[in-house]
Amino acid sequence: MILGSINPAVLLAALMVAATPILLAAIGELVVEKAGVLNLGVEGMMIMGACIGFIVAVNTGSPLIGFLGAALGGMALSLLFALLTQALMTNQVASGLALTLFGLGLTALLGQSYVGITPPRTPKLDLGPLSDIPFLGRALFTHDIVVYLSIALVAAVWWFLKYSRAGMILRAVGENHDAAHALGYHVKRVRVLAIMFGGACAGLGGAYLSLIRVPQWTEGMTVGAGWIALALVVFASWRPWRALAGAYLFGGVVVLQLNLQAAGVKIPVEYLSMSPYLITIFVLVLISSGKARGSLNAPGSLNRPFHASN
Amino acid sequence: MIRLERRKEPSKFWRIANPFLAVVLTMLAGGAMFAALGKDPVAAIRLIFFDPIFSQTFGSYSRPQLLIKSAPLILIAIGLAIGFKANIWNIGAEGQYIIGALFGAGVALAFFPAPGWYIFPLMVMAGAFGGFLWAMIPAILKTRFNTNEILVSLLLVYVAERILAAMALGLMRNPDIPGFPGSRDLRRYEAAHNAELIANTGIHWGVVAALIAVIFAYVMMTRHMLGYQVQLAGQAPRAARFGGVSPARLVVICLGISGALAGLAGMFEVSGPGGQVRIEFASGYGFTAIIVAFLGRLNPFGIVLAGLLLGLTYIGGELSQMILQLPGAAIQVFQGMLLFFLLALDFQTNYRLRLTRGMRI
Repeated sequence: MILGSINPAVLLAALMVAATPILLAAIGELVVEKAGVLNLGVEGMMIMGACIGFIVAVNTGSPLIGFLGAALGGMALSLLFALLTQALMTNQVASGLALTLFGLGLTALLGQSYVGITPPRTPKLDLGPLSDIPFLGRALFTHDIVVYLSIALVAAVWWFLKYSRAGMILRAVGENHDAAHALGYHVKRVRVLAIMFGGACAGLGGAYLSLIRVPQWTEGMTVGAGWIALALVVFASWRPWRALAGAYLFGGVVVLQLNLQAAGVKIPVEYLSMSPYLITIFVLVLISSGKARGSLNAPGSLNRPFHASN
Repeated sequence: MIRLERRKEPSKFWRIANPFLAVVLTMLAGGAMFAALGKDPVAAIRLIFFDPIFSQTFGSYSRPQLLIKSAPLILIAIGLAIGFKANIWNIGAEGQYIIGALFGAGVALAFFPAPGWYIFPLMVMAGAFGGFLWAMIPAILKTRFNTNEILVSLLLVYVAERILAAMALGLMRNPDIPGFPGSRDLRRYEAAHNAELIANTGIHWGVVAALIAVIFAYVMMTRHMLGYQVQLAGQAPRAARFGGVSPARLVVICLGISGALAGLAGMFEVSGPGGQVRIEFASGYGFTAIIVAFLGRLNPFGIVLAGLLLGLTYIGGELSQMILQLPGAAIQVFQGMLLFFLLALDFQTNYRLRLTRGMRI
């Protein structure tokens, strides 16, 4: 009946689009946390990316330059976090919260005159015959470049953390910063770089919301996507491919919920639209209660400040 | 070459001085921001920090507003600070505030239009209970399943906002005015109205509750075993566990207290200054209260001062919107900056800058 009207190929395609912003933000935060830093400012950096990306794209007419601007915007905000937590040794939880509050306010101010404007369209990537494959073509090969970029980024992060030397140093810093310091690695430098990467990724994720998914700028438009990305990192137990799986699972819930709204199910919209948050909480509970797997994989030095005392 | 050196003892002087310094720096940086927006910085800062109290023309309007805006901030921040001290991070006070308001308003609307002295006390209890209940979700998930309370409490804010919208559009909608979202105006329902207790002062029951909460928190933190356990768990969790402090019990207590206080704040707001259950009812007090708690150094009396200051910026923000056509979001930036400066300055509390000779990495 109602569900019959939903085309699975379209659903799959929409799912990938819905998942991309949080996937981008989550993969960035995953690297940050692997370096032993908990940046709770993802929401703030995402909204920053959404706003800056939108402004740049509208003014230059190029969505790609917009994405670049968004990455820089997210990075700029993350540098503020890096300055506070790495140079001035502030509490990471409080600094992350400050980043979110500040980002939400600043973007409301910056984006004020951009409300109601339509951004330049981001073209779909032309994959030629691939998109003519029945079902799979429609579902997988009709997207814009950012969707593929996000998947490539997951693969790159996975390779980087697992096989590259720099990735191993980053993990060492995150697992035990005192040991890494004793071995002569620059704990703070690694962490600052990781934080900047996380900021850029969150910025990209935000811009994906304002330039492609919605596409429009409104105040506070990320509505918790950054927090869901943070939850996703825990859900993925700090593994890149699991973050991808989690993001797509989440994207599925969002899209299904939107489809149910459109199909006119007799549940008020407000209740349907709270489902992504409830599912996220539910999944968090599942993953954290399995003590042996989820929580034990957390980086050893996560959320512990490092100061080389002597 | 300059380097940071950890102090043996946190500096008491800087602990007290930093909040004031942060306010001054925020004024300077905020002034620069207003100048960048093309407004007179001195006039803007004056309008935000001085005119709400001292102005001849609109002081009589804005002075009572100070207590109205500060009371919920103080009430929520007091609860949050207790948790923060124990390293229990309830950052979803906004959600608990909303649910508290809905519970309180729900009781009022259920009794409407009956008179009765018992209705308002029942609403107070329902409000506290609603906030408590909403905070118990992260608390129980934390203690039973080890789920991160930061994420859960925050995600529940978005859920609460949608429940609020559903209530304003559905169950609690005023049946007498069809077609419009929003509940009955509780200010017109005498038995449920959280009215001003002394005319033109802004003092309502929420202000009284905030005062009681401050004293209660002070006594608890300095004189009671529970306060000692909270401090111990925050500063030395391992020692606390050996000393017989149950972490699970502490999580439930801290989240419970802060949830109940946030719920109370929401209830006093909806039955008084807010007036009705509307979609736009939540105004970010739950988030601003986090800044209040930090700025007040997690100390009850510090929180009173910080709450008054941020309450002032709320009014100043409204005034500057009306008079200087400053965007409303500017005040949010202002509040964010305040927290940044405070956190940044705090490195002086724990570290000192030392000039050293020779090479150091």
